[in-house]
Amino acid sequence: MNKNILVVAEHFRGHLSDITFELLGKGRELAQVLGGKLALVLMGHEIASFVSEVGAADVVYLADRPDLREFTPESYAAVVRFAVGQASPRLVMLGSTSVGLDLLSFLSAQLNVPCLDNCTRLEAREATLVAISQIYGGKLYAEAILPGETGLVAVVPGMFPTEAGKLSGQPEIQRFPYVGALPEPRMTFRKLIEPPAGDVDITKVPLLVAVGRGIQSADNLPLAQALAQALGGAVCGSRPVIDQGWLPLTRQVGKSGMTVKPKLYLALGISGAPEHQEGMKGAELIIAINTDPRAPIFNVAHFGAVADVFDVIPALTEEIQRRQSPRAA
Amino acid sequence: MNIAVLTKQVPDLVEGVEIDASGKAVDPDSIRYILSESDDHALEEALLLKERAKGRVEVFSLETGEVRDTLCTALAKGADRVVLIRTGQDTPLSNHAAAKIFASVLKGLPFDLILTGVRAIDDLDGSLGGLLAGYLDLPYVGLVRKVELANGAAMAVVQKEFPGGYAAELEVKLPAVLGIQAAEQPPRYVPVSRLRQIMKTAKVEEQGAAPPSDEPLGVERMFKPEEGAGAAMLSGSPEEVARQVVNLLSERRLVR
Amino acid sequence: MGVLQTPPIQEGLPPLFPEMGDISRIFRTCIQCGVCSGSCPMGEVMDFAPRKAAKMIADGRGEEVLASNTPWLCIACHTCQVRCPSQLLIPDGLFPALRSAVMAGGKALEPDLQKALQNTYLYGNPMGISPRKRAEWAQTAGVPVPILAQVKRPVDVLWIVECYPSFEPRNQEISRKLARILNALGVDFAILGHEERCMGDCEWMAGERGLFEMLIERNVEILNKYRFKEILITDPHAYRTLLNIYPKLGGTFRVKHYVQFLTERLGQLKPLLRKKPSAAVTYHDSCCLGRKTGHYDEPRELLQAIPGVKLLEMIQNRESSLCCGGGASTIYLDRYIQERVKDRLADRRIEQAAATEAEILAVACPFEPARFEDAVKLAGYERRLIVRDIIELLAESMEIQ
Repeated sequence: MNKNILVVAEHFRGHLSDITFELLGKGRELAQVLGGKLALVLMGHEIASFVSEVGAADVVYLADRPDLREFTPESYAAVVRFAVGQASPRLVMLGSTSVGLDLLSFLSAQLNVPCLDNCTRLEAREATLVAISQIYGGKLYAEAILPGETGLVAVVPGMFPTEAGKLSGQPEIQRFPYVGALPEPRMTFRKLIEPPAGDVDITKVPLLVAVGRGIQSADNLPLAQALAQALGGAVCGSRPVIDQGWLPLTRQVGKSGMTVKPKLYLALGISGAPEHQEGMKGAELIIAINTDPRAPIFNVAHFGAVADVFDVIPALTEEIQRRQSPRAA
Repeated sequence: MNIAVLTKQVPDLVEGVEIDASGKAVDPDSIRYILSESDDHALEEALLLKERAKGRVEVFSLETGEVRDTLCTALAKGADRVVLIRTGQDTPLSNHAAAKIFASVLKGLPFDLILTGVRAIDDLDGSLGGLLAGYLDLPYVGLVRKVELANGAAMAVVQKEFPGGYAAELEVKLPAVLGIQAAEQPPRYVPVSRLRQIMKTAKVEEQGAAPPSDEPLGVERMFKPEEGAGAAMLSGSPEEVARQVVNLLSERRLVR
Repeated sequence: MGVLQTPPIQEGLPPLFPEMGDISRIFRTCIQCGVCSGSCPMGEVMDFAPRKAAKMIADGRGEEVLASNTPWLCIACHTCQVRCPSQLLIPDGLFPALRSAVMAGGKALEPDLQKALQNTYLYGNPMGISPRKRAEWAQTAGVPVPILAQVKRPVDVLWIVECYPSFEPRNQEISRKLARILNALGVDFAILGHEERCMGDCEWMAGERGLFEMLIERNVEILNKYRFKEILITDPHAYRTLLNIYPKLGGTFRVKHYVQFLTERLGQLKPLLRKKPSAAVTYHDSCCLGRKTGHYDEPRELLQAIPGVKLLEMIQNRESSLCCGGGASTIYLDRYIQERVKDRLADRRIEQAAATEAEILAVACPFEPARFEDAVKLAGYERRLIVRDIIELLAESMEIQ
């Protein structure tokens, strides 16, 4: 019975991604229960410095070569296959990400092993690995067991704590053979396209300060912006705010705008019409402030207060700054 | 330039999804099926490529729900041929089973590109595109938002999405499978009159395929998340409310 | 000048759904007087206002009109149509033809509009809510709201609630109040509930002929299953479609908007109107109840039946009333229109309402409360002016809220 866990590391623009640590932390726990080793496959070029960060692993399969500098699904899949051959893992853990998803299904078919996506919970019950995945946009959850000796799982980012994966240690390094181990490439990386300058992608901002009609005029926006700045987040708005031209279209949340799933959604002076709720109800923590106790936003918010946003916003900004200042001093 | 588009019918969340008596699967009677959204984008991208490169677009779909509607819509939008694959099972198969069927249907056919939506809402065991590419041993890139042909249609240059608004431009040797996240323009509209006309006159080819003896993922149970009961209301002066809010943020490490 | 009413669709002359090719022929009698362009509230913003658009099509330059913003800026207020000396069908003919032609062009439409049409095709309502939930509003009405399929006997009144009054929260409140009013009047009524689908006015205006025909076919089939003496309808858009268009496609029913229905029962209603609201009210004539079907007096009669109401008129009233901008499909083109218009119609109308010094703006169309309340907030008039549907004012006075 295979007992090892193999985690596929991800890095972007010179840094190991959080998902790597989330997977390492969880992987460590699973490996312990199964009585196996935790292995990490790390691919890229000039990535030796990452090794010191992944002490949580027992073994690191290091593939450091120029043709791996940038991610291509094909080359990375080949390296992971090699690592699977070496580690004989019970479970290969990937992020449910741009990188992980290109590898998950392709490898599942090539290796003829089962795979599971959208995993939000994982545990080892004796020798059995049980995963919980979300489907239908989170409306349903499925508890599944991966049969067979080896399985692949893609984990939703942010589900497991990164701290558990940031352990110090001296993993054994195994270098990926240098010459001729990769097949003739059928795809090559050409360039990285940067996002347009100055344009905030609110779908990627974890802390959002959202304003609605309750903000009453563009003149009051700086209040919200100051709060967003104190939090380290961004301002967005419901449709009426954008319709008035107080915020650009890129900041609109809702049915005809963006759907956001931030860690925090502060709904200020937003009534919470269904069209707006559709764009933000997946947020992890929704706190709503509105003068109307019957505002529909309170149905979807986790916490709320019936209060005047013009009083609460400055109070919030001040409170946050107050707590931050001892450290800054 | 021959392009195949694979589409999947998925449960329509507007009508809700219920769990069946066994507790291990969705109740097929509770479900209405519609085309998976990213497959609609895959079709749109294929049609755009066809228009630019003067190619052919053929759409393949398994017999889930009222897939005729979807296939006729594809014809109305400009697809050249649509094929309904009959497996004898009109409820969705696992992606592994579906990929094996499509692999057997497409094997040996001269398609330069196979496009499909990068994900569907009912995906549990990976995604169709990646699995198909694995079975056919073809290159696969997912989360694609733009496709251009290069080098006389021997290559595709694709843009693959990354977080934070970044994208990678990759050159892919054809034939290849691409998982489409979004087409370069929103899927086109088909007036209902045109659709009704096509439904009366169109030829939807049918092909049979045996569903594989699927090795299903062991789904032990399905369940719904707990429903919240509305917001927990904070009270007090604005300053007190602010304090309580910041405490909540602090607990969750959202405030540094 | 007497009340101008939209002439009913004439048989044998323009087809019910003219296509672009029919327009030149139909508009042969256009004398290029420009009354349409001059009357059009969106005329200044259109690339080609109606007069010019008609001329261009006749001159073979239709493609330019299709590519312009013109097709999507008509809000179907019918000011042009009631004034046209040649009685030409502009929002009822020219614009649906333009939109239909654009739709056949193989591109995506304005996202909100495309979504609304696709939702209507799938679920029978533009919001994309399951038809099974269509009668959910009635569960908290506080009075019985019978569903026709369950009643299993003929009823006096079939109340067609329509999409916005069924699903949109602000309007659901109004629906509940009307249910209570009907109950208080002892009206024998029922609703279709989950069998009800959009009556199709938006789809027709949007140029989605196929969808409109599909809706009519299905609705007529459902309506013919049941026996009832008349149809009561709260949505003026659906009202005029049922009144004027359904008969042309096989569905002739006796249909009344609530303003007619309740005015007919004024003798019974009046004694129930006990409470005096705070008093100065101005009434907004919606396009569908006003210019399109000529019901100017009934709403005013209802309002004046409420004790203590002082009715004030806005500077543009009755036939000259200023459209709220909701149109019939233009409600889904709000973003498109907003990007091109400096001064929203709803905002202009609120200024007119405020200028009368009325405290209440009374409306009778489901698209209006939200639009006007938005405009009130924008103008900062919350303490000066509230927006109420006539039903709400009646219910308040009857003390059955």
